[in-house]
Amino acid sequence: MAPRVVIVGASLAGLRTAEALHAALPDAALTLIGDEPHAPYNRPPLSKDVAEQLADADADAHAAALDKLTFRHRLAGDRIDWRLGVAAVGLHTDQREVLLSDGGRVGYDWLVAASGLRPRQLPFAGAEGRRHVLRRFDDAVALGAQLKTGARMLVVGAGFIGCEIAATAAHLGLTVTVIEPQSAPMLAALGPEVAQAMAQFHRARGIDLRCGLNVTGISGDVGLSLSDGTTVEGDLLVEAVGSIPNVDWLTDPALDLSNGVLTDATMTAVGNPRILAVGDLARFPNRLFGPAPRRVEHWCVPGQTARRAAETIAAREAGREPASDFAPMPSFWSDQHGLRLQSFGAPALADEVRVTEGALDRIGQAPCLVEYLRAGRLTGLLGLGLPPAQLARHRPRLDAALSETLPA
Amino acid sequence: MKVHVDMSICLLHGQCVIAAPQVFSFDDEGGLVWLAEVDDSLRADVEAASDACPEQAIQLGD
Repeated sequence: MAPRVVIVGASLAGLRTAEALHAALPDAALTLIGDEPHAPYNRPPLSKDVAEQLADADADAHAAALDKLTFRHRLAGDRIDWRLGVAAVGLHTDQREVLLSDGGRVGYDWLVAASGLRPRQLPFAGAEGRRHVLRRFDDAVALGAQLKTGARMLVVGAGFIGCEIAATAAHLGLTVTVIEPQSAPMLAALGPEVAQAMAQFHRARGIDLRCGLNVTGISGDVGLSLSDGTTVEGDLLVEAVGSIPNVDWLTDPALDLSNGVLTDATMTAVGNPRILAVGDLARFPNRLFGPAPRRVEHWCVPGQTARRAAETIAAREAGREPASDFAPMPSFWSDQHGLRLQSFGAPALADEVRVTEGALDRIGQAPCLVEYLRAGRLTGLLGLGLPPAQLARHRPRLDAALSETLPA
Repeated sequence: MKVHVDMSICLLHGQCVIAAPQVFSFDDEGGLVWLAEVDDSLRADVEAASDACPEQAIQLGD
């Protein structure tokens, strides 16, 4: 009998899983469940060029922007059942059923969790109606309506999304203040040396970046109380303080949901062999970086883990064990004030950085290449304004270094 | 199969050059060049390159 595969999350990860399954198991009956009304679309531009397009835009411009973001896909035929605008709310693992927000149920032989993340918010009430997060298209539309020249934007959190939307807003003529609890922006991803240089880069472009400060309260329209006793005021607030995995609907006590969904290297959930997880929800081991499972919020991960999960299901359907080796190369990029940051490998795991081209105090003026090492071995590359052809030349060296087992 | 890159969308991330180096490459000036017609044996690589494009600028046809 043709297997029934239910994918929860009509996102990049869910879509790529469906495509890979459709290719590997053409007879499989696929159901794609997504709580957003939109077909799967690309999220990274929402804090970059699309945020700019949505600024003060009308309904026609919204539709055009969404149309451009929507993924073209290779899903054809009547074996895909799209359920958009419906959320998964629970599981009956004994009957292998997903429970839906509209009261319906869908039976599965294989269940793929691709429900992603939702933005964390500051634990304070206040300034309702002026607070924004940025994850979904509808979030970007709501924020875009407030991106008006001269408005004062407060951003809490100087991770990638916070830094990107701050740069975009500054470019649109807003006055931007960024509050970051750590000592520098994007600290965990870039390491202290590069993060400090990026702080200077943002300040030199007009961002009032205040690091080492926590928000202690929200008042008025909008006032933030800060941990140094000062306050800062603005017209709108963007909360870019990280994400929470959407695991509430996975009501199976056998799963490890302590940080996303813990899986093995085949993307199979630990505790339930009929459930797999993909995308930024999955906490999985990557042979390139040792046995510790990690959850990775990079854009490349959905595609890599989706193909992996589809291979696993196809192998098990054929009565084979899937290959156990999984070693996807991480990569990320960001665009801030016209500067492209592009990384391969895992800079976050490094204990040493070397600037091998350019200089950190000249970021944005001259191309810069940073090599990240762990125990003396190359573990990541970062180009800042570096032509991609130049960065690509260093990739073979990184591949070679990571193909050896990394010291713990 | 036919390969087209919409250069009005492409931002030179270079992900395709890594996913399908036989099809996509950078020229001496750092611009993207690609084979417009490729053998079907490279379909998996080209589809991986298309999927990996952050701007979704690569269009494939038969």
